[in-house]
Amino acid sequence: MGIDRRGFLKASAASGAMLGASALMPKFATAQGADILVGGLHDETGGLDFAGKPMQQVLGFAVDEINAQGGLLGRKLKLIGADTQSNMQLYASLAQQVALKDKVSVVHGGITSASREVIRPALRRFNTLYFYNTLYEGGVCDRNCFCTGTTPAQTVQKLVPHVMKKWGKKVYTIAADYNYGQITSAWVKKYVEENGGQVLSTDFFPLDVTNFGPTIQKIQAAKPDLVMSVLVGAAHLGFYRQWAAAGMKKQIPIASTTFGAGGTEPILITPEESEGIISCYGYYPTIDTPANKAFKAKVQAKLGAAPPAGNGPLLTELSVCTYEGMMLWAAGVKKAGTLDRMKVIEALESGISLDMPSGKVTIDPVTHHVTRDVYLADLKNREFVILESFAQQPPADTQAVCDLKKNPNENQHYQIKL
Amino acid sequence: MDYGLVVLIEVLRAIAGLVLISIGLAIIFGMMRIVNIAHGEFLMLGGYTVVLSAKAGINTWVAMLVLAPLVVGLVGVAIERCFIRFLYGRMLDTLLATWGLSLFIVGFVTVVFGNTLEGVSVSVGSFEIGRFRVAGYSLFIILVGAVLLAATVAVLRFTRLGLIARGTMQNPNMAAALGLSPPRIYMVTFGIGAALTGLAGGVLAPITGVVPTMGIAFIAQAFITVITGGAAIVAGTGSASTLLGSVSQLTTFATTPVIGDVALLFIAVVLLRILPQGITGRFFRRSL
Repeated sequence: MGIDRRGFLKASAASGAMLGASALMPKFATAQGADILVGGLHDETGGLDFAGKPMQQVLGFAVDEINAQGGLLGRKLKLIGADTQSNMQLYASLAQQVALKDKVSVVHGGITSASREVIRPALRRFNTLYFYNTLYEGGVCDRNCFCTGTTPAQTVQKLVPHVMKKWGKKVYTIAADYNYGQITSAWVKKYVEENGGQVLSTDFFPLDVTNFGPTIQKIQAAKPDLVMSVLVGAAHLGFYRQWAAAGMKKQIPIASTTFGAGGTEPILITPEESEGIISCYGYYPTIDTPANKAFKAKVQAKLGAAPPAGNGPLLTELSVCTYEGMMLWAAGVKKAGTLDRMKVIEALESGISLDMPSGKVTIDPVTHHVTRDVYLADLKNREFVILESFAQQPPADTQAVCDLKKNPNENQHYQIKL
Repeated sequence: MDYGLVVLIEVLRAIAGLVLISIGLAIIFGMMRIVNIAHGEFLMLGGYTVVLSAKAGINTWVAMLVLAPLVVGLVGVAIERCFIRFLYGRMLDTLLATWGLSLFIVGFVTVVFGNTLEGVSVSVGSFEIGRFRVAGYSLFIILVGAVLLAATVAVLRFTRLGLIARGTMQNPNMAAALGLSPPRIYMVTFGIGAALTGLAGGVLAPITGVVPTMGIAFIAQAFITVITGGAAIVAGTGSASTLLGSVSQLTTFATTPVIGDVALLFIAVVLLRILPQGITGRFFRRSL
């Protein structure tokens, strides 16, 4: 039997249609199926892996915990974890993949502000709810996005007067050269000047710079009372190594808006190199409350001890805010009684408040940021010794510019003007 | 006064850094005409040798000065035997082959050791110059750079091996007629180029930390230095490193590291417009 052209076309059209139908079938199945899918986009490898790995681990831990308590809406959660490899192109394509192919109900993720600004517009376009759980420079105003980390009005505002009172009024800022570093160093300047001090210079470094020799000499020539580090990522750890190697540790003290916030920085460099760096975040593992102790014990029992002792996640602001972001979303879904994106957003905007390892965390309906407790700590032999705590700090910086109640369709990233 | 001295040390360190990353390439590319795109990966392997040896409890200095050149030298010889020896005289083909090799090495190291930054600390201490404190390791890098340049001159000029290598690169047929074995000399020369690169990677590892993709940061600077230097290996590498290193480092002092890199590239472009044969195409022509 010969196959003529018409027969071939018919046959291939029919088989094509069947293939298409069968490819669509599982999609329908997952949309109504048992598991609720949750996306997690974190840099598990590459230059930011020391921050991304614990975030992804703790997100998985949060999913397991919710499942152990019976899941959400009678269904189990399933984490779709994607490794963005510290690569912006992968953020774009993986965000598209989890939103359109996997059709997740929410995405938690993004570490650098640069990566957030890659996936935030994409997830808004795909109508996929987004949680950004990292401390950042503040100012995101987008109804589809919730930011659970701290912002400068919560942390830098406390850190700057504290270290200026302790060490002196002349500050030298070194910062990562992208939106987070640029905007945060502007906040540093604002708070230093408000407290009667002076920023001698602000130097910016791309994320792959490893040689800080000239900078260290320039800092010595400027003779500041303290160095404010807004450096980000593994390459920039070279600064702390070279600073200690030049014997500067005892000469000029360092405060930082990033050191130890993300993860294993204090582990990657020696205790002598990190000794005495003062920071201010929304969470430290040394917070002395029963809730935090119970949380730490649970994480350790499930995932192992934190490095260097074990392979468990390091509990820091980034990883714990990821846990808290997941719990806030789950509370929103429970309250809404549905996975419908708008209904969940409205439920979250009712001002959901949870008692978390870091203290009480409340969603601010006007900005989609959170009001939370903030702590100030000194690093002593790889341990954060908490010096001061500040209860229930509102995200005042974003509140000054963003009102999602009045303008629900706003989609902006406001930046501080000096 | 003290500031001037400190700037001088940093400039010398930048020059020594360029010498370190490009001297191996000067031999492999400048002498043997192999466009070795995998040069950055040789540096990376040197760095990994030091980090892994330090983790295994081996003395860091032994790892840096002995193991790193040894391991990368042997890897170089193996690569020469497997790929490069079929490609002598085919410059564009060496570019493609070593590019593939570079992707393979990066992928291989990522799979085995993970795409994670690893560091190693050496304690050299620091010293004071007036109001400033300088890391002792900066002086160590300057020392290694100077010793490497001097040793390369000495080997090429005063030893039989150097004479034979130079002669073979100029005219392999004549060398063969005189009873030498060009394939073996190529192999040894390539191995030495790789070993020097491994040493450089090892010495730089404590400053930069190591990650499988670190080679990319060095490959452009290495090629720019060698090409700007021109035909003479030592004089070319030395003069190009001095010029480019001081321009970029002084610009960095005056502005930021980004502008410093821009200044380096700018000078290189201008220089190649004026001196298409590199610095040693016009000056120091009869030197090594």
